[in-house]
Amino acid sequence: MKTQQGNRFFFNVDWITVLLYLALCAIGWVSIYAAVYDEEKAGVFDFTTNYGRQLIFIISGLVLGFSLLLFDGKFFNIFSPVIYGVTIILLILVLFVGRNVGGNQAWIPIGSFRLQPSEFAKFGTALLLARYISTFSPKFRDLKSIAIAAAIVGLPLLLIMKQPDTGSALVFLAFMFPLYREGLSGYFLLVFLGMIVLFVADFLVSANVLIPIIVAAGAAFVYFNRKRPKNMVAGILVTLVAIAYLFLVKLAFDHVLLPHQRSRIEIILGLKTDPKGVGYNVIQSKIAIGSGQALGRGFLQGTQAKYGYVPAKSTDFIFSTVGEEWGFAGCTVVLLLYCFLLLRLVNLAERQRSTFSRVYGYGVACIFFFHVFINIGMTIGIVPVIGIPLPFISYGGSSLWSFTILLFIFLKLDSNRMGFI
Amino acid sequence: MNNLFNRKYIVQGVFIVVLLILVAKLFYIQIASDKYFISANSNVLRNIFTYPARGAILDRNGHVLVQNEPVYDLMVTPNEVKPFDTLDLCRTIGIDKKRFYKSWRKAMAQSRYRESVFEKQLSVQVYARLQEKLGRYRGFRVQKRTVRQYPDSVGGQLFGYVKEVSEKDIEKSSGYYRMGDYIGKSGLEMSYEEVLRGQRGITRMIYDARNVAQGSYANGEFDTLAVSGAQLISGIDIKLQKLGEKLMQNKVGAIVALEPGTGEILAFVSSPSYDPNLTVGRDWGNNYMKLFANPYRIFNSRPIQGMYSPGSAFKPIDALIGMQEGVIDPNTTFFCPGFYQAGNHKVRCEHVDGNTNLRRGLARSCNTYACYIFQKLLTRKGMKNQRAMYGDWEEKIRKFGFGHKLEIDLPWEKNGIFYTEEEYNKRWGKRWGYTTVISLAIGQGEITSTPLQMANAMAIIANRGYYYKPHIIKGVGDGQPIDEKYRTKNFAGVDARYYEPVIDGMQDAVNAGYGTAYASRVPNVLLCGKTGTVQNPHGKNHAVFIGFAPRDNPKIAIAVVVENAGYGGSYAAPVASYMVEQYLTDSISPGRKAQAQWMMEQNLLPVLKSRTKPARHDTLKKKIDTAGKKPDTVPQKRSIQPKIVAVKP
Repeated sequence: MKTQQGNRFFFNVDWITVLLYLALCAIGWVSIYAAVYDEEKAGVFDFTTNYGRQLIFIISGLVLGFSLLLFDGKFFNIFSPVIYGVTIILLILVLFVGRNVGGNQAWIPIGSFRLQPSEFAKFGTALLLARYISTFSPKFRDLKSIAIAAAIVGLPLLLIMKQPDTGSALVFLAFMFPLYREGLSGYFLLVFLGMIVLFVADFLVSANVLIPIIVAAGAAFVYFNRKRPKNMVAGILVTLVAIAYLFLVKLAFDHVLLPHQRSRIEIILGLKTDPKGVGYNVIQSKIAIGSGQALGRGFLQGTQAKYGYVPAKSTDFIFSTVGEEWGFAGCTVVLLLYCFLLLRLVNLAERQRSTFSRVYGYGVACIFFFHVFINIGMTIGIVPVIGIPLPFISYGGSSLWSFTILLFIFLKLDSNRMGFI
Repeated sequence: MNNLFNRKYIVQGVFIVVLLILVAKLFYIQIASDKYFISANSNVLRNIFTYPARGAILDRNGHVLVQNEPVYDLMVTPNEVKPFDTLDLCRTIGIDKKRFYKSWRKAMAQSRYRESVFEKQLSVQVYARLQEKLGRYRGFRVQKRTVRQYPDSVGGQLFGYVKEVSEKDIEKSSGYYRMGDYIGKSGLEMSYEEVLRGQRGITRMIYDARNVAQGSYANGEFDTLAVSGAQLISGIDIKLQKLGEKLMQNKVGAIVALEPGTGEILAFVSSPSYDPNLTVGRDWGNNYMKLFANPYRIFNSRPIQGMYSPGSAFKPIDALIGMQEGVIDPNTTFFCPGFYQAGNHKVRCEHVDGNTNLRRGLARSCNTYACYIFQKLLTRKGMKNQRAMYGDWEEKIRKFGFGHKLEIDLPWEKNGIFYTEEEYNKRWGKRWGYTTVISLAIGQGEITSTPLQMANAMAIIANRGYYYKPHIIKGVGDGQPIDEKYRTKNFAGVDARYYEPVIDGMQDAVNAGYGTAYASRVPNVLLCGKTGTVQNPHGKNHAVFIGFAPRDNPKIAIAVVVENAGYGGSYAAPVASYMVEQYLTDSISPGRKAQAQWMMEQNLLPVLKSRTKPARHDTLKKKIDTAGKKPDTVPQKRSIQPKIVAVKP
């Protein structure tokens, strides 16, 4: 009887994804253990240490994850507006009653435990977006549907910006990919890419050079499309917008961004070096990872994280311990695991019959992707320092649970793919 | 719809490309570049040095000349400092507030987290006071190290000094020295630096980001212990050295005494001298400026850097070469009418002795006799070959140690001036002969020598024909042999049998009633010597005495130079006689003690042209005047003062 019940709940669960999840959690725990290792307190179950607590988080996360499998798949579809609404309320609440840690008003204290609503806003948003698309089947050819989708993603994004937790807010841009999959024009992605390129170029190349280049490119485009008036107009508009954008960026950079955000950007663009101040984190993290060389120093043999040279060594900069102790080989393995997980999630999403499940699956994959790229990119100095965790590996209950919930809801939806949601 | 399905590949492609970018960057920092690996090690590994004590220096009887004394550096780690009573600390270590803030800013600028020196070289007394209160000053710590200490306060120029290394020293040592290390900068400290410094110990420690030690690296596998510097045993006799410095106080000049049988230097006096203890401790900078400002150039090590014409002291060597070449024998007499006629000019004697043989010629320091020997030597192959014969003579003189370094174990020894035949040719073409350079016969003109070279020439005569290169240090550490060159006999090229007649003359110079240094004879000791009164372009004549004693089996050879003191017999010879007596009999006979005391009190500092205050001029002159009026101690006998007519072609 019991086995039958078990079979029912865990029927069709994608065990490959679960294994990848467990592998990443295990790597995370080992890395946290190494990062904060102290010979005098070597007990695995010492719950005053980060690795001891992380063990609790992993186990409770597993319990949470598997209990999500007990829900009916339809539950998430039906209750998505409620879940979204609750997370939005929490996001508003946190602005008033939240505890300010490290400049971000992001935590709601509940007893000795701190809840981070922005983590839960991710799956709330993913669910509601999936619900919207599956219900109305918009093709994103009209302004209205784009505006609605933008509103669903933009509301939590703006609330999180208010904290101000720019890192977590940026993650919401990941929802561009599911929208793209569902019909949003590829131009949006191109424009987004172009904005990033122009942004970087704006700082690295003098305006006296950059603007003539853009004008020349625009003129060339117009010239080659001189038989097609529509394209000519578009070309001229794009050129003008691009130039306006350059000035806006400078303006925004000087007047909107906070000083620490400005210096982070300047450092990543190589405009400024500040080895003792803002640049310290990145330099130390690169030193730690670089010192691992091909095969790493070996388990518990790292020195940079253990002796406190790397900041936030068990949370945002956990990857530096992986790099130091396991070297290039270890880093590649971790990246391969993530790569398998992301590709697997996309494949799973594509095999869904219901649009809701597919959109949600894409959302999960893309959120993970943004986290992995920004976090690891930050530790090796190709992305500005943005404090967001590395999924399943970074220390922290809120983030681990929110990633687990994100993933296991999708696994539940996937196990129900034959049914109707 | 099918079209949209293909977008899956674009999304997956983006994932793969971005992850590949991460892998590429990882490859660059982990494998392609090792600068991060090096930075990581310099982050956590810190070499903790333990400084060994420098080697001690002993005298020939085991008396300590140079030793070490503990001092205490006050160290500070700025970020550990808690507010405290700064005024109290300033008072305890004896600095003012200005200096306190200067040191504090310096430490802060260096690093907030690393320890740096706050105040250097606190004495034991200050440390004792400070130690009680150290608990109140969080972040401060005291580090012990050693500095030099000189129990007898003598031998400033001989021992030299140690100093913190400069950037240049670090560069030259190709990384051996580090900021804050000490290095020998002159004297023995410099020439034996590598022996004295020992080997510093290194402990490699792991430090965390807050600069707290976390234990040793690799279980101390790469650590080394400090090895103390080796001890040096010198040939110096401390009693002799002290007496020498006392005799020479308020005089400018030098004494070199050495043991002829070994070449070991017994006394090395450079005057004016200074207390080497001034070179130690926090006041060294101020002391240095004061010493440096001394108008008599106190840092000159006159025994090896002072260049003086040897004067009449050169005559015994003329005689030796003359006999070796067969141009004279001990019975050869020359007629001295009171001068020597060299071409169209005269070399005068201070006396008219008529027929003079070798013995009397040396005892009376007869210029005429010396000039005749020189004339005969240079013209023995005819007038045409006199320049070639000069070359021959010059080579023979060089064998006596003149004109080149004797390679003593001290830095910056001078060659002295001594021209070769070619150099004269260059100067005067072929138009020169023995008359042109006749002044060399009496050790004047284009010849200078260091007091060390003079003493060494005496050692050759005392040894009847050979010398060991003079050296200060006779033993290193536990019986390691000294350099081979100090254990090799160097022959001067004159047969032993020719020495006795010359020594006869030198014996008479001191011990016969008509000798130039009769007043300086030593009771019960047969001192052989030669006075010299050296003209010099800068002022009064320099007084020179060279000699050795006893006549048979000599134990000491000595050269004394007193600048601007007049006749050699009046100042240099007495100084030498007290030194010899002290060394051979371990005391000065009661009858001569008062004389020695008188000598010590003499102020013969040369009158300075512009830098001294007029008041001092007067006192100086008075002292010299009164000195001249004491008939019982200053011999009134007419000494020889060679007069040289301008020697120009």
